[in-house]
Amino acid sequence: MLPVSDSLNAETIQISGHGGDQIEAYVARPVGGDARGGVVVIHHMPGYDRATKEIVRRFAELGYDAICPNLYWREAPGAEPDDAAATARAQGGVPDERLIGDVGGSAEYLRSLPTSNGRVGVIGYCSGGRQSVLAACNLDLDAAVDCYGAFVTGTPPEGFPLQVTNLVDQLPNLRAPLLGLFGNEDSFPSPEQVDELDEILTREDKPHEFHRYDDAGHAFFAVDRPSYRVAAANDGWERISAFYHTYLGG
Amino acid sequence: MCTYATVKTSIDGSAKGPASSWFHVTDGTVYFDHPVHAMAEHTLNIDFADPSRGPSARVAVELTAASARELVGAIQAALDSAPAELTA
Repeated sequence: MLPVSDSLNAETIQISGHGGDQIEAYVARPVGGDARGGVVVIHHMPGYDRATKEIVRRFAELGYDAICPNLYWREAPGAEPDDAAATARAQGGVPDERLIGDVGGSAEYLRSLPTSNGRVGVIGYCSGGRQSVLAACNLDLDAAVDCYGAFVTGTPPEGFPLQVTNLVDQLPNLRAPLLGLFGNEDSFPSPEQVDELDEILTREDKPHEFHRYDDAGHAFFAVDRPSYRVAAANDGWERISAFYHTYLGG
Repeated sequence: MCTYATVKTSIDGSAKGPASSWFHVTDGTVYFDHPVHAMAEHTLNIDFADPSRGPSARVAVELTAASARELVGAIQAALDSAPAELTA
């Protein structure tokens, strides 16, 4: 699927998130074009930052209406992304229920657009990878991408001051095909935890497609961090493109 | 990984910045996770903050694990070097 041109519009808006709360979101949309799918981008734990907004614009360049809700808007409206992330972390992070509501509100916004073909996918990175799977277990979405999300499976190490649980008990409710992209040098999720996720989804007869990269650890898509791995990231973007074309395209 | 690990502690002191101004800090947040700026995949991060003044009332440091351990030792050594009656 190609947009009519490579022109796009991007802006900050307010949408209704969990509980009807008005929250900030960043939207990028191709100019013109036919009916198309939408993508909800879930930002990583460091926040609603410049790199994440670049990802949102890339999805518009790929031909999708794309949106990223600011998951930390309630704790820190208008703050710098790193300050907002620090504030949200100090307050215990984003509760799962609220995440589901905010992604649901984002998907509803995308489906309300006149250019929508009704199909919406979700993608998340790092903590957002887990949240992408969480959203796809609880919302009507058409495709989900998990980029190296920790604690989808696996047990947090003993003594870990963690406010997050794995999603093993929710995986039977997964409602969308899942694309998983993982680094073989990652420890969270470890290759064994990715194996476990693969086995569970196979047993549950859930459509999924995993790609695992050597010479890549966590956060290999992050172009502004030392973890960036160009070969894995380039191949990963190709896989995401093809996956969304299959499930959101048209 | 996003470690999610966050250890909070109350603190009483002052910190400098943003805008080169001093402010009273009440909360310390310590975590080992992705840095925003340091060129390392994971760092020991400390936020010295006063949440009552909003999210930007924060002085943040991101330290490699090795240098964070050295800092812990340096803090302990500095405290130990002072007369006990001053650090009680």
